Amino acid sequence: MHMKLKKNIAISETGYIFNPSTGESFTLNQIGLEIINMAKENKSDDDIKKYLVQKYDTDETSLERYYLDFIEMLKQYQLLENGD
Amino acid sequence: MNRRKITVAVTGLNNLDSPGPGIPVIRGIRESSFFDARIIGLAYENLEPGIYMRDLVDKAYLVPYPSEGSDALLTRILEIHARESIDVIIPNFDAELTAFMKAEKTLLQNGVHTFLPTLGQFNERSKSNLPAFGKNYGINVPESIPVFSASEMEEAVKKLHFPVLVKGKYYEAYIANSIEQAQYYLFKISAKWGLPVVVQQFVEGTEVNVVALGDGNGITIGAVAMRKTYITDKGKAWGGITIDEPRLLDLTRTIISRTGWKGGMELEIIKNLNDEFFVIEINPRIPAWVYLAVGAGQNIPEALVKLALGIPVQPFEKYTIGKMFVRFSYDMIVDIKDFEKLNTRGEL
Repeated sequence: MHMKLKKNIAISETGYIFNPSTGESFTLNQIGLEIINMAKENKSDDDIKKYLVQKYDTDETSLERYYLDFIEMLKQYQLLENGD
Repeated sequence: MNRRKITVAVTGLNNLDSPGPGIPVIRGIRESSFFDARIIGLAYENLEPGIYMRDLVDKAYLVPYPSEGSDALLTRILEIHARESIDVIIPNFDAELTAFMKAEKTLLQNGVHTFLPTLGQFNERSKSNLPAFGKNYGINVPESIPVFSASEMEEAVKKLHFPVLVKGKYYEAYIANSIEQAQYYLFKISAKWGLPVVVQQFVEGTEVNVVALGDGNGITIGAVAMRKTYITDKGKAWGGITIDEPRLLDLTRTIISRTGWKGGMELEIIKNLNDEFFVIEINPRIPAWVYLAVGAGQNIPEALVKLALGIPVQPFEKYTIGKMFVRFSYDMIVDIKDFEKLNTRGEL
């Protein structure tokens, strides 16, 4: 599985997201930006999580929880393609 | 290119916390590369800020309210025209539009052009007729019931579920969660704007707006969609951003083509939680946030002036997404002599 951002979503290098359909904008922190950039490179959820566990001081269970929260938030803000 | 010299008269100089569209309309016309416009401001009140904005308004005149009779207004405008040779007049208040529509022929006979919806178009989209409008043109609109009395209000809210919106004929809207609140707003609004007051089903969702211009033959000359990012306690946009929502523009084109709409228009739309659009209001004129459209690449006021003068206009095909407007308030220093002149001579 990999999350698919809507095609028209603009993300700046600093992690600023603009959804042109709704006019809403959001700010990502560093880790959020890393996740989004990997998703844009079509990396799977498993690959992203593996990378994060290696890079940051966390365990798989905690990461899973935060990762799902993050995906839910992206869905809630209508930033993902339908079905993701 | 030599710009064409014209004189344009504009109302709605009330740049207050609930601003009229006059000043943003003037800014659009001033930025025209086609026209070199002399701007005549027409004001109903002596403290409408636009009167004193000398860099935008070349000359201002006080005019009588349409409620004093459309003849009095027309007489005053023709008197001003005799001195200023007005080419185009752009009324910007809902409440004055009927008077200008009725005077359209007389104004044109005197060489003053307008570009207004027909009386039929104006009445058809009025708040109290909105449900019929939605049915006729296949547009989603919330249930609305015109109310003339307290007993009718009771009947109306029985049919609709709380919360409901209680709306004035021209301006103002409040959310009511009980019959007591609804009755209170009925009296509050009707005292100011008359009857009927319209009770509308409240649709939960995000409000989006479109400013548009129809050529009177079903063609949409311009349309820009915006989401309010900062809303005042009066529900007015104090900030907004242009958005890319093709369905909104399709909806606008559908309305303009089916009605043959002529003139400026603002659509107030709610996108509900199921991603459906409901038109909650159709304002028959350019809105106060039109300068955002100018900034995003569609000079709708300039296009309206061209259409009024019979100059062909190609429809705008795009606008910049993500352009924002941030409104501000500003204190002008005005000499008492200017105020005195306006009050004693009716002009400045």
